[in-house]
Amino acid sequence: MGKEKIKICEEFYDIMPPEYRELVDSSTYGKEGRGWKDVGVAKELIEEHSLCAGCPESIAFRYVLACLPNPEDTVMVGSTGCTSLVFPHVAVHNIHSLFGNQNAVASGLKRALAHRFPGKVKDVVVLAGDGATVDIGLDMTLQSWFRQEKFLTICFDNELYANTGGQESGLMQKGFVSKMAPAGKKFDKVRLPEIAEESGCHYVATLTVSKPNRVEKAIRQGVLIAREVGPTYIQLYTPCILEIGKQAMEGLQEMRDSEGPNERFAFKEYISEEAKAYLASLEKEKKPAAIPTQG
Amino acid sequence: MGKYRVLPGPEAFLPPSAACAGIVLPDPGQGHINGEIVHEDVAMEEAAKQFLMAKVPTVFPGPLVLWNWNEKAAKKATAIKALYDELKSHNPGALLIPMPDYRPKYPKINPEVEINPNHPNLTIWHNKIDVCMFVGVHCHQANLSLKIIRGGTNCYTIAMCAQAGHEDAMLSFRDATPEKIWKFVEAVRKAKASGVYANPNGVTVSKA
Repeated sequence: MGKEKIKICEEFYDIMPPEYRELVDSSTYGKEGRGWKDVGVAKELIEEHSLCAGCPESIAFRYVLACLPNPEDTVMVGSTGCTSLVFPHVAVHNIHSLFGNQNAVASGLKRALAHRFPGKVKDVVVLAGDGATVDIGLDMTLQSWFRQEKFLTICFDNELYANTGGQESGLMQKGFVSKMAPAGKKFDKVRLPEIAEESGCHYVATLTVSKPNRVEKAIRQGVLIAREVGPTYIQLYTPCILEIGKQAMEGLQEMRDSEGPNERFAFKEYISEEAKAYLASLEKEKKPAAIPTQG
Repeated sequence: MGKYRVLPGPEAFLPPSAACAGIVLPDPGQGHINGEIVHEDVAMEEAAKQFLMAKVPTVFPGPLVLWNWNEKAAKKATAIKALYDELKSHNPGALLIPMPDYRPKYPKINPEVEINPNHPNLTIWHNKIDVCMFVGVHCHQANLSLKIIRGGTNCYTIAMCAQAGHEDAMLSFRDATPEKIWKFVEAVRKAKASGVYANPNGVTVSKA
């Protein structure tokens, strides 16, 4: 689609506030190769946000939005959490579902879009926290994977229920003590990436957002594979600096410390054979055709 | 208790919707003035009169007409700009302020350049707007804004609605098409030509 649908009526161009004119004139919609390097210069990628200063989730959110290959035809489905405070500031379609229902809503939406816009690429991306993905919404998350629904599920894993005061979540690490879980977590962090793999996801990645290039590649692969092959899942570590007792400038270091080779967020990636073949075909399309040799 | 009338406020913080007070929407070909159903032509005359008598007549175009998303929107935009030009030529204080979208804008909006449905009173107060018209605003957001304006300001509100009209406006049209907006432009021209309504700001407007 690109920018052709995002035009201001000629008569009103001069009275529109400048940020809307800039959105139309210099947004990244329809731009080939958009990515995290557009953050900070493109209006639709959250110029201002309402999250805490230094929040790693706000960084992750920007990277995700910057790396969507087809933002003008993407619908993001989320549930209650800090991200829902940011979505009203973002020029990407969003549905705020009932807590935990995000994968069920996305399933219906993806099917409806395919029916309503046949032959047109419409991406659906679920973006939810660990409580919605793994605890309250686990049923909906798994069932969508079992059914091979074609959309990407992104879990912003901050290892607790952050905006309600720090309650224990399934993805919290064992032994961690939080404000509302003073006895410490008694069991291990749920291994959702492994469960996703077993449940039929064709692309599964676990990482932090300390390395934007890596996040960009994961998000693009997640969306593209989901579009053509089947469900995909990305678990991003986005620590809540308030709830783990860090300062605003310490979020990045916290992520770096958690992604060492033996740490819980060491980079891991699983790609099914079918998805590998699809990615290879995309690469082949990108390369110029070989020049035929004579003789 | 007497029959409820939709009048300029300030009525109260969080006033009840006019529908709750028994105001009903007009049928096709009709409009309403203060909640009374009238013929559409009567409503047009009254709206033109209110605009011409206003100190700061203002048109608030919403996203449905600001954004060029189909041919009809572009045609409506042309008609709305013509309406504004008519008002401006009568009263240099006339304003055209957009409502580009509905998101809550924090930490603040600039009331000089835009209006937001979540706090429209800020733009009304800042610019001392006494008569305004909503056009191209989705119904649920228009209802919200009209109620807030009626609750907290003394502004006279007109709704040029593309659907069934608005009870919460002091004057409402329905089924707005580009042709209907042009018809309203003509009504304003006619009222101006009658010479009955002097420029309330007392400024002499020279013809170009």
